[in-house]
Amino acid sequence: MSRLSDAFTGGKAFVAFVTCGDPDLETTRRVVLAAAENGADVVELGIPFSDPTAEGPVIQAANARALAGGVTTERILELASQLRRQTPVPLVFMTYANVVYSYGCDRFMSRSSAAGVDGVILPDVPFEEKQEFAPAARRYGVPLISLVAPTSGERAAAIAKEAEGFLYVVSSLGVTGERKTIATDLSPLMATIRRNTALPCAVGFGISTPEQAAAMGRLADGVIVGSAIVRLVEQYGKDAPAAVGDYVKAMKQALLA
Amino acid sequence: MQPEKGRFGSHGGQFIPETLMNAVQQLEAAYESYKNDPAFVRELTELLQNYAGRPSPLYFAERLTRRLGGAKIYLKREDLNHTGSHKINNVLGQALLAKKMGKTRLIAETGAGQHGVATATAAAYMGMECVVFMGEVDARRQALNVYRMKLLGATVVPVTTGTATLKDAVSEAMREWTRRIDDTHYCLGSVMGPHPFPMMVRDFQAVISAEIREQALAAEGRLPDVVLACVGGGSNAMGSFYHFIEEPSVRLIGCEAAGRGIDAPETAATVNTGRPGIFHGMKSYFCQDEFGQIAPVYSISAGLDYPGVGPEHAYLHDIGRAEYVPVTDDEAVEAFELLSRVEGIIPAIESAHAVAYALRLAPTLPPENVMVVTLSGRGDKDCAAIARYRGEDIDE
Repeated sequence: MSRLSDAFTGGKAFVAFVTCGDPDLETTRRVVLAAAENGADVVELGIPFSDPTAEGPVIQAANARALAGGVTTERILELASQLRRQTPVPLVFMTYANVVYSYGCDRFMSRSSAAGVDGVILPDVPFEEKQEFAPAARRYGVPLISLVAPTSGERAAAIAKEAEGFLYVVSSLGVTGERKTIATDLSPLMATIRRNTALPCAVGFGISTPEQAAAMGRLADGVIVGSAIVRLVEQYGKDAPAAVGDYVKAMKQALLA
Repeated sequence: MQPEKGRFGSHGGQFIPETLMNAVQQLEAAYESYKNDPAFVRELTELLQNYAGRPSPLYFAERLTRRLGGAKIYLKREDLNHTGSHKINNVLGQALLAKKMGKTRLIAETGAGQHGVATATAAAYMGMECVVFMGEVDARRQALNVYRMKLLGATVVPVTTGTATLKDAVSEAMREWTRRIDDTHYCLGSVMGPHPFPMMVRDFQAVISAEIREQALAAEGRLPDVVLACVGGGSNAMGSFYHFIEEPSVRLIGCEAAGRGIDAPETAATVNTGRPGIFHGMKSYFCQDEFGQIAPVYSISAGLDYPGVGPEHAYLHDIGRAEYVPVTDDEAVEAFELLSRVEGIIPAIESAHAVAYALRLAPTLPPENVMVVTLSGRGDKDCAAIARYRGEDIDE
């Protein structure tokens, strides 16, 4: 078993997303540790991109702030190594194709592996294009996490069959960001996924409240929360670790209830 | 030409969020089934003729030719199309296709506003809802086109993120498409984005080179020696080049917006200053920093102010079939003014980049050479901005 699949064995998993370098890398480090201590089972480290086309306004703004602060891929790799020495929580990079492509796929995957990173999510690389990144990811043992959406249709089965690490189930249409309600009926999609893989599934996009987490947790093996955490970081700045810790604790409790 | 589906050499592809994949595949299937459907082709051809005013003239610019004393210069007058640019060729094709697919709503990005105006026009004509995303900076410098779009019944959404220009408008249109797929078609304005857009938009624009070919044969009894067009995403250039790609005697030259020069940070000359990358659905050349962050590009021309280039242009560059040359703001403005005075034709500032290179190249070529410069659009929209550039403030 890998660190990543182990994360889903202790009941419904809570996956926390943070944008690295917002407001600075030291705060990011403390936020990640606070999330892990308060029940986050996996932490997604967002490497900011200038033009994040799958993100809503909250994470877009965080990306812009982080880049304006001078954060780079290099410095985020260093942060990941540092975190790996301080916490056993699985760390997954989430960024855009060009960040990895420009750094060099091989070099990125090898450095990620050396830093102890457990997976990579690239939201603008669908199943049909994964060959650009998958060989290097495989070479260095860093699973390339696949996304599957309510619109995936017949492709969902193929995506699930070849998935690695865990499956990132997109809850509904649209970009990332908090939603008042998630109306999509995910049961048919979940059924297709379950028929085609034994890997754990985590639902993300739009989840922010304990009620939503509990509801989504009933369908899947875990939930992913991004914008709500990034918004807390925006609101509390350097004091965000305590606020994020409290939030993660409440969400995890709702999942386990 | 295309060994792998949707690829041009190593460029192209479909690098988009999973949520959009199904929509893009449906579009691809619909396009493949309609593009050779005689009824669809007939309907589109009639629209292009009766509504858009095709064919556009291939005009012999005799005064300009005499003044430069070199190659014979012909202007392909896409500026005379309905809505004032080549954009209508692609938009009528896509809007008709969207309608056949049962879509009731068109969304689009726009830089200079030409594609937005064309999309708003097609939507009005076909009774569809229309929303156009436009960078706030562009909306300010192309205020006339914003008003035209509103007049045509479209909603114009100013985009304030990033550099508030064309790339941000594309990102926002893509985000909107992921929010609303069922009834909405994203009418992309250039030969860029995920497959099938680069191929489909090229096909709809290829009417330009089909006509140039016929018109040059009629006027000169032979094919042109040089074809010049400006390149942002590259749709008017791809349309102007397409039917000459297999004719090695025809030199194909794309004119990129160099802004303040290719050695300055304020440039948008992607092929000249960018490197390979993956962005906005495609692998191609992009202006970017060492960590792959997309560069905040600059050009006086809102329509060429884009950090990438269509994947087929990247491929034509790689194999050496087309040349891509940088043209600065200063050169483009001088060409804008010169063509107005010498030929009585006010070109769009985008098209003026191609005219500017023609001014440089024509005198170096023998008089028996035939050069075609595509005037992608007309310049009424640019008059206020050019006046400002010259230090004169006028009311639009």
